[in-house]
Parts: sequence; C-alpha cells; structure tokens
Amino acid sequence: MRRLIVRRLLQTVPMLFFVSIVCFILVKAAPGDPVRSFVTPNMHAADIERIRHNLGLDKPAYIQYFIWLKECLTGNFGYSLINHQPVLGQILDRLPATAGLMASAIALAVILAIPLGLLAGANRSRWVDKLVNMIAYIGISLPLFWLAILMVYFFSIKMHWLPSMGMRTIGTSSALDIIRHGILPCSVLAIGFLTVYVRYIRSSTISQLKEDYVQIQYAFGSNKRTILFRHVMKHVLLPIITLLGMSMGDLVAGAIVTETVFSWPGIGSLGMTAVRGMDYPVIMGITLFSSVLLILGNLLADILYGIVDPRIKSTR
Amino acid sequence: MKQSKWANVARELKGNKLGIAAVILLFVIALAAIFAFLSSRDPNQLNALERLKPPSKDHWFGTDDYGRDTFTRALFGGRISLMVGVLSMLFATAIGVTVGMISGYFGGWIDGLLMRFVDIIMSIPSFLILLLLSVYLKPNVGSIIVIISLLMWMSIARVVRAETMTLKEREYVLYAKASGQSTFGIIWKHILPGLLSVVIVSATNNIASAIMMESSLSFLGFGVRQPNATWGSMLNGAQGHLMDAPYMAIFPGLLIFVTVLCFNILGDILRIGLEPKLGKR
Repeated sequence: MRRLIVRRLLQTVPMLFFVSIVCFILVKAAPGDPVRSFVTPNMHAADIERIRHNLGLDKPAYIQYFIWLKECLTGNFGYSLINHQPVLGQILDRLPATAGLMASAIALAVILAIPLGLLAGANRSRWVDKLVNMIAYIGISLPLFWLAILMVYFFSIKMHWLPSMGMRTIGTSSALDIIRHGILPCSVLAIGFLTVYVRYIRSSTISQLKEDYVQIQYAFGSNKRTILFRHVMKHVLLPIITLLGMSMGDLVAGAIVTETVFSWPGIGSLGMTAVRGMDYPVIMGITLFSSVLLILGNLLADILYGIVDPRIKSTR
Repeated sequence: MKQSKWANVARELKGNKLGIAAVILLFVIALAAIFAFLSSRDPNQLNALERLKPPSKDHWFGTDDYGRDTFTRALFGGRISLMVGVLSMLFATAIGVTVGMISGYFGGWIDGLLMRFVDIIMSIPSFLILLLLSVYLKPNVGSIIVIISLLMWMSIARVVRAETMTLKEREYVLYAKASGQSTFGIIWKHILPGLLSVVIVSATNNIASAIMMESSLSFLGFGVRQPNATWGSMLNGAQGHLMDAPYMAIFPGLLIFVTVLCFNILGDILRIGLEPKLGKR
C-alpha cells in the first residue's frame, strides 16, 4: 500500500512540473506585451524599460520561468491585468460557488445513477435497461448548453418557477434563495455526470453478477434484491471513487459553459470573463489551478481505491 | 480487413431500427450540408422587415434578429459543423495512429516518453486549452480544425498503442520479422490493417465529439466568426431572444443533438460489428 502511494506521488511530481511548463509557455506565447497594461501616455521609454526590468521581463525565459514557479509555489499567481487584484484570491473567492454547484450536481447524479445502474445491470433488456440505455445515448449527445437554454425557456420564462440568472436575488441572502437559483444549473450538470456514472455502474453490475459470491448467496437462499442491494452494490460502489476523483478535474472546465449560461458567479464564469478580456494572468491561474486539481484528483482516486480494494497491489 | 467483419456490421445494422434511422438521417443532413449552395437564399442576407418572424411556409425555421432566414443559416451552419467534425477526426486519427503505433511497436523508452507526453496533455482540461488557443489564434474554420484535432488524438493513440502491442506478438508478425522484412514493411503490411477496426470505431465517436467541441466553442462566441453561421453560434444569438423568438433556439440545438446522436449510434453499431470481442455495452 505504502509503495503504491509513494510510486504515484513520484509520478505526480514530474507531471505537475511539466504542466506548469506548458502553462508558462502559454502565457509567454500570448500576443501582446504585458508591460502595456502599466504604460500611461506621459511615460518615457526609460520608464517603460524600468517597469520591464522590475517585472523581470528582461531576463531570459527560463529564468523567468523559475521566478514564476517560485512565486506560484508561495501562493502568488500574479495579478489580474484588468482589476489588478491577486489571481489566487479571485479564484478562491469564486471557489465556493463552483464547488457547491459541482458537489450538488455530482451528489444528485450519484444518487440517481446507483439504483438505475444496478437495476439495469441486473435486468438486462428490460424497461430499466432500455431507460438507462436511452439516458446514456441522449446524455452523451445532448449539448448541455442547449439543454440549459431550453430549461431557462421552460422553467423561468414560460412557467416563472425558477430564476434563470445569478446565485442570489439582490437584497436577500437566505440559503433557500441560493438553492432556488442553483436548481437549474445543478440539474444541467447532473445530467452530464449521470450519463457517465450510470453506464459505468451498469457494466460493473453485469460483471459482478457473474462472480462466485453471487452464486453462493443464491445457494444460501438469498433473493435477488438482497444480493443486488447488499452484496453487489458494495463492490459496484468501489469504481465510483475513481469516477469522483476524475470529476475533480472537471470542476472548473466542466462548469464553464453552464456557469456562463446561468451567470453563476463561479470559477468558470471568471475564466470566461478573463478570456474575453485577454486577462492572461487570470487565465493561466485558472488553467494551472484546474490542472493541479485534475492530477491530484486522479492521485487521490488511485490511493483511495488502493485502500478500499487491497487486491490492487503496488504492481499497477 | 476481413470481409466477414463488414458482414457483421451489416447484420447488426439490419436488426437495428435506430441504426437504420441514424444512417438515413446522417445521409440527409450530409446531403443538405453539401448542397446548401443550391439554396436560392443567401444565409447572410439581412432583412429589416422580416426580423424575428416565427416559422412559416416562407421561412421554415423562422428568421433571426437580423431578419436572416434561419433554415438557410442552419444548412450552411451544418456544412461548417460537419466539415469541422470530419476533418478534425481525420487529423486526430492520423496523429493518434502514428503516435500509438510507434509507441506500441517499439516500446521501451520511446513508448515511455510518448505516453508520459500523452498523460501530460490529458491532465490539462482540454476545453480550457481550446478556449485559450482560440483566443490566441483569431479563429477561422482552419485553425479550429487544427486546435480540435490537437486536443483529440490522445485517446486514439492510447487505443492504437494497446492494439499494436497485442498485434506485434501475433505469429504472422513474428514470421515476417524472422524472414527479414523491414520494420516499415511490417508496420505497413501487417500492423496497420489489423488496427483498422479499432480506428474506425474511435474515429466515428471522434466526429461526434469534434462537432460538440466546435458547437460549444461557437456558442461561447469563440468559434467561427460572425456573420458565418454555425449551429453553436446560432444558439448564441438565440439566447437573447428567448422571450420573443424561442424557435430560434430550438432548431440549431436540435440539429446538433440529432447529428451527434446519429454518429454515436453509428459508432456503437460499428463497434459491435467490428469488435465482437468487446461485446454489447
């Protein structure tokens, strides 16, 4: 077990290093001169050179990279070119909105996916299975932004049941208000996750039902439902941990489109604003942040999986 | 590829009404996109008098906020969406097959290096890179195709690598090696044909995801530039008129959905037919 953790950690460090290089190259390749945002009309050329020197932009690229990396490691992701606020602070400010939305969407998807997937796997070619198959097909083919627009049209414009924009009604701060705002974006994201989870659970149910322990339970006289929801479920839940770990990487990128449609004030919409305004430090901060989440999410999933299922030895 | 595999696909298709419907629909959509130029209307023709008209005999899908005919725009939009889908798939497949084959066939440090490279690219959320690059490159159809294919080849490379590793242990490959055939000859004559079925299956699914990526990008306003229509950018325009012209949002979205759905269904049928060992989902 310990060997597995050490090995995965050792793999992760160079990955993080290379991802940071890619991020740095993307900033450097960005069109435009970063000094520009500090220049005012009555500056002399010497002043501009001084700013360039102070920002370290006159040094060779590889030295700039190490300076940048050192700053990142100490939590300084730079400052926004537009509002001159620290990047990391802005990301952390927006984190609760995105994390809350994502966590509830994932929770909703898992709650729906477990019974659906188990029943579909156990009753192949019956109506549950057909339903799950349909969800899977529709889910991977449905553009989520279109679904979002249709939901806004029906639930907000037509029926006036739910708000279509933002996270709070101005002037109120109740939790209920946030939940009402969250229902639509959360449902859209949940459908995306549900598709993936339900297929996964269905196929692992099918393979679990072929295992010996299922036959033994039958021989002991257990009925199908007990076997399915007591014994098979335990084994099926394990791989979900991996899926949850992988979903961490989607935290930011997966929410960009949905957050934009619903004007949800999370990291995704921060990223969109930054891209629109060509605010490179913010863009890079978000890219780095979500890549690190993705890598750490996978690492965490592997380690947790190793703990709950000791059959997976460090040989992987 | 053996004849029998295609017979499998045909058999699978025959028993599958959904599959037949998907093939016919794709055929119709492709024809409509290819022959869009025969339409008597100009997709970018503004008409101040015909703004936001609901669907009618004259304008099947209605008109948008500039009075442009939505049906004609959808035809031309489909052209771009399908072109992006197919061409991105071709480029991504070419890169993926090359990298996967080299990695799987030669193994060793080349394999290690290439696969770590794939891991690194896959650990940066691809949609973010897509957004970033489309800002840098001032997108047109060509650059979008390049960006999407550069983000899609990794999964094909992994599949092809795994398949190559099993193929190169086959006896006929070992004999070919023993009889002194050149490495290139072995890859070309013995490995590549064996990869065909896996590649076809993942290529079909890749068309679907490329179309989806392009639509999302255009929907956010970073794809193909106005006034040229794509299904995604039409939805972007529709967002502001949900109150007075909801039909603007229905048709382009439906087209993306149906097209992507058809490619996914087709991909599944191909997989069941060509790769029977993987079995039904």
